[in-house]
Amino acid sequence: MQDILRQLEEKRAQARAGGGARRVAAQHAKGKLTARERIDVLLDADSFEEYDMFVEHRSADFGLADQKIPGDGVVTGWGTINGRKVFIFSQDFTVFGGALSEAHAEKICKIMDQALKVGAPVIGLNDSGGARIQEGVASLAGYAQVFQRNVLASGVIPQISLIMGPCAGGAVYSPAMTDFIFMVRDSSYMFVTGPDVVKTVTHEAVTHEQLGGASTHSTKSGIADLAFANDIEALLQLRRFVDFLPTSNRAKAPARPTEDLHDRIETSLDTLVPASPNKSYDIKELIHKVADEGDFFELQPDYAGNIVIGFGRLEGQTVGFVANQPMVLAGCLDIASSIKAARFVRFCDCFDIPIVTFVDVPGFLPGTAQEHGGIIRHGAKLLYAFAEATVPKVTVITRKAYGGAYDVMSSKHLRGDVNYAWPTAEIAVMGPKGAVEIIFRGDLGDRQKVADRTEDYRRKFASPFIAAHRGFIDDVIMPHSTRRRICRALAMLRDKKLENPWKKHDNIPL
Amino acid sequence: MFSKILIANRGEIACRIIRTARRMGIKTVAVYSDADADALHVREADEAVLIGPPPAVSSYLRIDAIVKACKETGAEAVHPGYGFLSENPAFPKALEKAKVAFIGPPAKAIAAMGDKIAAKKLAEKIGINTIPGHLDAIADVASAVKIARRVGYPVMVKAAAGGGGKGMRVARNDAEVREGFRLAAGEAKASFGDDRLFIERYIEEPRHIEIQILGDRSGNIIHLGERECSIQRRHQKIIEEAPSPFIDAATREAMGQQAVALARAVGYTSAGTVEFVVDQSGRFYFLEMNTRLQVEHPVTEAVTGLDLVEIMIRIAAGENLPLRQTDVRLTGWAIEARLCAEDPLRNFLPSIGRLTHYRPPMDMEGIRIDSGVVEGGEIGIHYDPMIAKLIAFGRSRGQAIARLRAALDAFHIRGISHNMSFLAATVATRRFASGRLSTNFIDEEFPGGFSGVRPSVELTRQLLALAAAVHRQCIEREASIDGQLVGHGPRIPEDWVAVLGDGQRSLSVAPAAEGCDVAMDDRVFTVRGHWTFGSPLFSASVDGDMMTVQVQRRRIGYRLLHAGVEFDVMLLAERTAELWRLMPKKRGRDTTQFLLSPMPGLLKTVAVKPGQDVKAGEELAVVEAMKMENILRSDRDGRIARIHAQPGASLAVDQPILEFV
Repeated sequence: MQDILRQLEEKRAQARAGGGARRVAAQHAKGKLTARERIDVLLDADSFEEYDMFVEHRSADFGLADQKIPGDGVVTGWGTINGRKVFIFSQDFTVFGGALSEAHAEKICKIMDQALKVGAPVIGLNDSGGARIQEGVASLAGYAQVFQRNVLASGVIPQISLIMGPCAGGAVYSPAMTDFIFMVRDSSYMFVTGPDVVKTVTHEAVTHEQLGGASTHSTKSGIADLAFANDIEALLQLRRFVDFLPTSNRAKAPARPTEDLHDRIETSLDTLVPASPNKSYDIKELIHKVADEGDFFELQPDYAGNIVIGFGRLEGQTVGFVANQPMVLAGCLDIASSIKAARFVRFCDCFDIPIVTFVDVPGFLPGTAQEHGGIIRHGAKLLYAFAEATVPKVTVITRKAYGGAYDVMSSKHLRGDVNYAWPTAEIAVMGPKGAVEIIFRGDLGDRQKVADRTEDYRRKFASPFIAAHRGFIDDVIMPHSTRRRICRALAMLRDKKLENPWKKHDNIPL
Repeated sequence: MFSKILIANRGEIACRIIRTARRMGIKTVAVYSDADADALHVREADEAVLIGPPPAVSSYLRIDAIVKACKETGAEAVHPGYGFLSENPAFPKALEKAKVAFIGPPAKAIAAMGDKIAAKKLAEKIGINTIPGHLDAIADVASAVKIARRVGYPVMVKAAAGGGGKGMRVARNDAEVREGFRLAAGEAKASFGDDRLFIERYIEEPRHIEIQILGDRSGNIIHLGERECSIQRRHQKIIEEAPSPFIDAATREAMGQQAVALARAVGYTSAGTVEFVVDQSGRFYFLEMNTRLQVEHPVTEAVTGLDLVEIMIRIAAGENLPLRQTDVRLTGWAIEARLCAEDPLRNFLPSIGRLTHYRPPMDMEGIRIDSGVVEGGEIGIHYDPMIAKLIAFGRSRGQAIARLRAALDAFHIRGISHNMSFLAATVATRRFASGRLSTNFIDEEFPGGFSGVRPSVELTRQLLALAAAVHRQCIEREASIDGQLVGHGPRIPEDWVAVLGDGQRSLSVAPAAEGCDVAMDDRVFTVRGHWTFGSPLFSASVDGDMMTVQVQRRRIGYRLLHAGVEFDVMLLAERTAELWRLMPKKRGRDTTQFLLSPMPGLLKTVAVKPGQDVKAGEELAVVEAMKMENILRSDRDGRIARIHAQPGASLAVDQPILEFV
C-alpha cells in the first residue's frame, strides 16, 4: 500500500515538474511564470483542484512516442477566487512549448463542459506555441472543439482569456470568442499570421511586439481589454476583475459590503460641465465620484477613448458604466467606440448587470474614413445593443445629446428605465449653430440675424426641458445628487422583469 | 461704521476679509473677472460685480472699474487686500475723489514708502538702522577699497542695474574688493550695458524678520511684535512664524520702536509692515516698508488674539486703536505655510486645472485654514498660484510645528500639482525644528532642488504597519463577497511580504480590537484605527502615536503620502512575493526620452519632424491651456524619433507628445 501511495506521489511530482528544470529556467528568464505558478497567484491559497494530471498524448509520429510528459502541456481544474468557484486552464510553455494536442484540447473541453454544467466562469491562461504540428489534423480538431464550446458557453458563463505568451494562428480564435482578453506587456503576443509570413507576403518588416503585442492590441486593434506590466500584476488584477462578475447567467452579479453612503453628495459635480460649450471635461471624474469608493475598473482605456466603459459598484452591486468622453474627439461616436461599447453592453445584458450611461455626445464622427469604413453598420451595433438589453438601464445626460447619437445612447425610446438630465443638458437634433445654418439658410449673409436666431434656438432647444415636457426625460436632476438618484433608481429596478420576443437568435448587424 | 464695503481682490484674502466683515454685520461686495465667475469669493460675498476679462490689468488692476462698482453697489469703503492695487497711491486718491473710504494707509504714506531708495534715505535720516553702504556709484577701484573699509567687511559689490545674481560679488578683504570690482563691472557691462557699481555691507546667513504696526487717525501707532519669514524660495516667502525663534525681548522692542518711528515719520495709519534683515549676531537693518495687509498677517493674529482686518476697517471708519502698546500680549506660537498650485518636483512649475478633490483638514485643534478655492474649482494661469494658507497655533513652537505637520498630512488635493510635500518636508527638517533659519535655508536644505523625501528607518516601519492595516481591511472585505462556496470560503493569511522597490520585508498582521497588530523586525506595532474604504485619508495610532496618511490604491499596491514622503508598497502573499522576484524589472515606461505635456491642454502645433535634430532651447511644440499658448522647448540636444500626438489633440498632463532617439 505504502508503495502505491509513493508511486502516486512520484507521478504527481513528475507532472508538476512540467518540462523540467532547464525549460522552467528558460521560462523564468523570459520574465514569465510557469503554468502552475500562475495558478498559485491567481487562485485562493490551496483551493486548486487539478484534473487530468496524468493525461498524455497518444501520438507516435515524428518521435513523439517516447516524449510523453504527464499533463501534456496544460494544467486544468477548478478553484476559488475569494471563495467563488472558477474553472481554469493554464497552458504550460515548458511542455512541448504549450502546443495544443488532441489530448491537451480534451482537457480544456472537459473543464469547459463542467463549468457550463455548474455555472462558473472559465479562465484561460494562454501560453502556447500553437498546434502540435506532429499530430496534424487531430490538433486542429482539438482547436475546433474548444471553439465550439466557447460559442456554446458564450452568454452562459463568463469566459476570460489572459494571454501570457505566444498565441498565434488559429489559436487566437478561442480567446477571440471569450468575453474579455487581457495581455501581459512584452511577453505576450497574438496574431493570425506571424512576422515571417507578413514579410514574405506583404514585404512589411514588423516585430512580434509591433504586430501583436499587448500595446498594439490595447491601443490599436482594441482586441485586448487591458495590458498589464507583468504576470503577477495581471493575475492579481484578474482576481479583482472576477469579483465584479456573476458566476453565470443564472446567478446575480456578486455584491460585497461597502461603507460608501448611497446618498453621498458631490457638490463639485455642479461645476463639472464648463461654462463654455467648446471646453471639454473628464467624464471619468463623474464615474469616479458616482461609483462606490471611487473604484472603477476601466476596460480598453487606451482604445477608442471617446467612449469609456468599465465596471464599478453601486451600493455594493456591480454595474457597467458606459460614458461618452468629451476629452477625446469631443465624445463623438465613431466605428471603434461603437463596437467597443456595444460589446460591453451586450456582456452586461447577458449577465444581468445593470447599465449606467452618461451621455455627452455631439453626434457621429463625420468623414469618408467613417462612412467608407461602415459607420452605418458599426454604429448600429451600439444602438442595437442598448435596444435589446433588458437589464436595468439608467441614463444621465450631462451636456450634449444631439441627433441620432442621442437616440443611441440608452435613450428613453430604447426602453431606458430611468432617464435623467442635468440642467446643463442640451437635447436637440444638433447644436444651435448648425441648426440655424440649415433652417435659416437664407439669412446666412446677415451676421446679426444668424446670431439672433442662434440665440433663439439655444434658448428654446439647448436645454433639457423640451425633452422633459414630452416625458423623454424622467427628471432634471442636480449634478451633486447624481449618485443618490442613480442608486435609488437601481434599487427600484432591482426586480425588473422584461423579456424580448422568442427568437432562435437575433441578427445584430455584425 | 460702514454698512457695506467692497473687496478689491480675489482668492483667499478676499474670502478672509468677507468673513470678518460679515461678523461685524457689514455687507460685502466682491469684484471678479470673467475667469472668476464661479470663484469662492464671488459666492461668499453678498453681491458681486464683474469688472473685466481675466488678465489682471483688464480687471483687478482697473481703478475706474472698481470705483464704478462702488458707485453701483453703494459700497462706502474698499479693502484692497494685498497685491493688485493695495500699494498703488492712485487708488486711494481715486476713491477719495469718489467719496469712498480706503481701508488702508493714506496715499502719501504709500507713495513715500513705495520709492525704495527714498524710503531708505528717510529711514537713515531719522536714525533707523540701515545696511551700511554707499548709495552712489563708485568711480574706481581705489575708491571702492576706501568705501569698503568704511562700510566694514564683508561687503557686497553690486551692479546698479543688477538682478538675478549677476554683477554681484562678495568681498572679505581689500584684495577681494579689487578683484570683485573688476569682475562685477565687467559682468554688469555685459549683462545690463551699465557698469555702475555700489557697495554695501554683506549680511551672512541673513534672516528676514518684520514688524507689524498699526496706526489710527489720532496719531496712535503701536507694533504687534515680529514675524520671521526667513524660509523663502527665490524671494517668495513659504513659511512664516510669530514670534521669531531668534530674537529676544530687547531686540523686539528696539525693532518695534524703529518701526513705529518710521510709521510716524510718514503719517501712517492702518496696518503696515516694516521689514528688516537680521544678521546672525542679532543686528538688524531696515529693508523696506509694506503699506498693506501682509499675506502672513494671520500668524500675528494668532499670537495677539486680534483681528487685523477688523481693526483696519474700524480705523478707516474713524475709530481709534482699541489697544495701547502696553496692552499688546504675545501668547503661544503660530506658523503659516503657503499652499501653492505648483509642482515641487518640476522645479515649481505652476500647475493649472480642475481641483477634482479639495478637502482641507476639518476641525483640527489649533489649525486655521484660509482658502480661496473649493472642490470643483478651477485653477487658472492668470493669478498668483497660492490657493490657501495653513496656520497652526500652539502653546509652544514645538506644538505649533506638530500641528502644522498633522494638518499638512491631512490636506487632500487632487487634480492639480501642489507643494504640500515640499511644505511638509520643509517643516519636518531637523534644522527647522531647531529654529536655525536664514534666507538660504531652502537652498541649503534642498541643494539641487526638491526631489522628494526618503523616509527614516522608523518612519518606514510605521508606514509599513499602516499599509499592512489598510491591506488587511481590503483583503477581509474582498473575502466577504457573496456567492461563495458554502464552507469553502477563503482563509485570510496573517503572513505577508511587503515589496518596497527592489526589497522585500516579511511581516504578519493579526487582527485586534479596533485595529491590528503588525509584527516585523522582531517588534510588534499596534495600529488602532479604521480606514473607511475609498477614503483618501487614514488616521490611526501607531504604538500610541497618531498618524495621518493619505492612501491611494495604485494598481496592485498602495501609495501612502506622509510628511512629504511618497511611499509605494505592495503587500503580497508569501508565495506571490517569492514569485515576484522572477518578474523582470520594468520601471514603468522610461519617460526621459519623451516630451510630456506639462499640463492638460490642446496641442496647437508640433514644430519638429521625426529624424530632425534639435538643440536645447529649441521650440518643439505649443500647448494651449486656459487660452494661453505655452511653448515647450527641448531640454537637450538630440534627435526626434517619433511624434506621439498630432496638433488638435487634447492632452492630459504627462501625455507624451514626442519621443527623442
